[in-house]
Amino acid sequence: MIYENAQSKIRIARWLYSPTARALGALVVVFVLGLAFNADGAFFNWSTHRDMLRAVSVYGILACGMTLVIITGGIDLSVGSILALTAVSFSLLTIHRGISAPLAIVLCLLIGAACGVGSGLLIARFSIQPFIATLAMMVFARGLGKLISGGQKISTAVQLPDGNYSYVEAPQIFTFLNSKVAGDNISVVTLVFLVCLIISWILLTKLRPGRYIYAIGGNEAAARLSGVPVSAVKTLAYGLSGLFCAIAGICQASQELQGDPEAGVAYELSAIAMVVIGGTSLRGGRGGIWLTLLGVLTIGYLEKILSINAVGEDKRLMLTGAIIIAAVLFQKTRK
Amino acid sequence: MDRICKAFSGVQVLSDVGFDLYSGEVHVLAGENGAGKSTLIKILGGVYDDFTGQINLGPEPVRFKSVNEAFAKGISIIHQELSLVGPMSVAENIFLGREKTRGMLLDKTSMAKQAHKRLVSLGLDIDVSRPVADFPLGTQQMIEICKALALDCRIIVMDEPTSALTEPEVEKLFGIIEKLKNQGCGIIYITHKMEEIYRLADRITVLRDGRHIATAAAAGLDKEKLIQWMVGRELNQQFPRHLAKTGEVRLEVRNFCIRDSSRKGRHKVDNVSFRVRAGEILGIAGLAGSGRSQLLGGIFGTYGKSVTGRIKIDGKQFRPVCPKKAVKAGIALLTNDRKENGLVMEMNIVQNTTLASLSGFSPGGWLRPKSETAAAAKQAQSLQLKAASLDQPVESLSGGNQQKVVIAKWIQTNPAILLLDEPTRGVDVGAKHEIYQLMNAWSQKGIAIVLITSEMPELLAMSDRIIVMHRGRITAEFSRESATQEKILAAAMGEKVPA
Repeated sequence: MIYENAQSKIRIARWLYSPTARALGALVVVFVLGLAFNADGAFFNWSTHRDMLRAVSVYGILACGMTLVIITGGIDLSVGSILALTAVSFSLLTIHRGISAPLAIVLCLLIGAACGVGSGLLIARFSIQPFIATLAMMVFARGLGKLISGGQKISTAVQLPDGNYSYVEAPQIFTFLNSKVAGDNISVVTLVFLVCLIISWILLTKLRPGRYIYAIGGNEAAARLSGVPVSAVKTLAYGLSGLFCAIAGICQASQELQGDPEAGVAYELSAIAMVVIGGTSLRGGRGGIWLTLLGVLTIGYLEKILSINAVGEDKRLMLTGAIIIAAVLFQKTRK
Repeated sequence: MDRICKAFSGVQVLSDVGFDLYSGEVHVLAGENGAGKSTLIKILGGVYDDFTGQINLGPEPVRFKSVNEAFAKGISIIHQELSLVGPMSVAENIFLGREKTRGMLLDKTSMAKQAHKRLVSLGLDIDVSRPVADFPLGTQQMIEICKALALDCRIIVMDEPTSALTEPEVEKLFGIIEKLKNQGCGIIYITHKMEEIYRLADRITVLRDGRHIATAAAAGLDKEKLIQWMVGRELNQQFPRHLAKTGEVRLEVRNFCIRDSSRKGRHKVDNVSFRVRAGEILGIAGLAGSGRSQLLGGIFGTYGKSVTGRIKIDGKQFRPVCPKKAVKAGIALLTNDRKENGLVMEMNIVQNTTLASLSGFSPGGWLRPKSETAAAAKQAQSLQLKAASLDQPVESLSGGNQQKVVIAKWIQTNPAILLLDEPTRGVDVGAKHEIYQLMNAWSQKGIAIVLITSEMPELLAMSDRIIVMHRGRITAEFSRESATQEKILAAAMGEKVPA
């Protein structure tokens, strides 16, 4: 009995030091701050939480792909640019070309995945460092987005041959993705984010390639010598990251009712921050998708609490930076 | 003259361990992996400072809070793993962390001069401005030793310093130890090699499970007694090779070459041919640089397109293009460095065990955790793996048990051919014995085994046949009966030896 007691104590102690507990701790701290600085009760309204979830969904979708890549021991800097490229493509295809929504979605997903696979091949086949390869893809995709959009925002204002603009009705898919469901209690983009989380979770924990992703991040040489198809798995991880970028791009276009070639600048940094705050190691081999969710929520709540308390953007950014460091230091402390 | 005595609380890794070290003696610390030797010397060296007990250095009690503090008192520790920065020069490495300066600027010339002088005193005359990574592993180890030696050493701790060294380098190292001894240094020496213990030790302290078992003078202590202290039981036979009935040829290698990509026209492995039959253990002898590890890697497909020659497995042609194909063809390669390329340290025992055979546990891509665990449990039982739980990350296991996990991974692939590169490196006596018995069992099942080992007695006892390599070529082949230590060494050094 005493022995069992000690065992369960050890188990609890071990859990308290686990990444999950630490990430949860950071989130709880932020949440309690929200309860304290509730902006005259605004924090107690569900709509505040719903809007926060809506605001972080696009970042969260990017963070899903980023998690896969970071667990392999890599990094993907191209996510913001691929988001912009696919947002522009989606707007062009649906608004200007009048292509049906399902077909446009498939095409955009293919574009995103192709960009990711491109980086993945550079990394896996030609042994270019992930930082460099995805940096190049970041610049390239941004350029491609500008090329196909002519540097213009692709909106519902369509330029006619005579130079005048005529306004067209936004396709239904835009309004649908930008709407709220379940009695206006949850945004559609948040549901999309949830689906991305579940896909990533299944991949990482239930499927063979997921196990290989961890093995490669943990010890690439050992994985290769165990017959793991390292190149294919890495390419898959970057390809999926590109695919998630396309999903995020479509959501972004719907929310803004336009495809902006300048969209998504520095989003990669937010996505990386969310993954790291969750406790997934940048060295690879450790981490998980639910940790990333905790990281996403931590940043989301922090920003929301600051904004409902009317803290200016300047201070908001400074505080966010400080919190990232605090959260990561918290993750690191031992004993 | 020092008197050291300490206990380490919290998780009880050491309980009331103590011993004395006299100046001018070599004191061997012996014991199985996990006996607490490394913890003990880390306490001495200032790596851990949360312990109870007392250390006396001469008459004064000391308690080091950091490695530098211990170093300042003349305590040098040479760790098992090298701590050199590859791209930095030899001189920069030797002075890393204690650079000499003139004002704000680094005094490079005087550092280079001193580094060279210190290396020469160890019998190593090399260009100290070249990056460390340019030198072979043996030389790097000597540089490491040079780096670790404080100018006025009183105590030197060496943790398995010879594991990466060739025979002549080991001799050189022993020469240095002799010199240091005569200068009045106390040397604590940790090793798993029986020959080294008897060659060097003045006195021996044996630890087991964090406890002090015995301290005795080396002269007059017999081997059986020592082993008994270390394992706590008697091993009646140190190397129990049971010859199995050999069958058909399972692995045939003909005119096998590996090009050296860094030096044009040179070969790492040069025109090697051999055969291994089912149930046979073929030993490969050779010194560092003989190309024997590269040979196994080449057969396993790690050199991709730089190999030529023919390989047949069970009579069928096999092209060694990548490890994945090799695993599929029924080859398993146990590499000589489990940390570097054998295990995924973050993953648990189950995940490591099934890593090379995961397709069988994931029909349609979906993992079957239950059958994975069942398979790992079966392997763990037959290998006598000691672990609290199979969910334990392998980084928390002792060396011997980690090695068993690597073995489990390969046996799980159900191989036809087992390539074993130093299967008992860094493994304690008890686990070694178990690995020998496993090798017997595998050969009885008809697996063809190729064995590389640097421990001559192990090679002689376990191999049915021995080929010797020197600079990428086979220089001799011996039958089990005709092989002797002297003949093998001569052939490994490139001399012509009649079989």
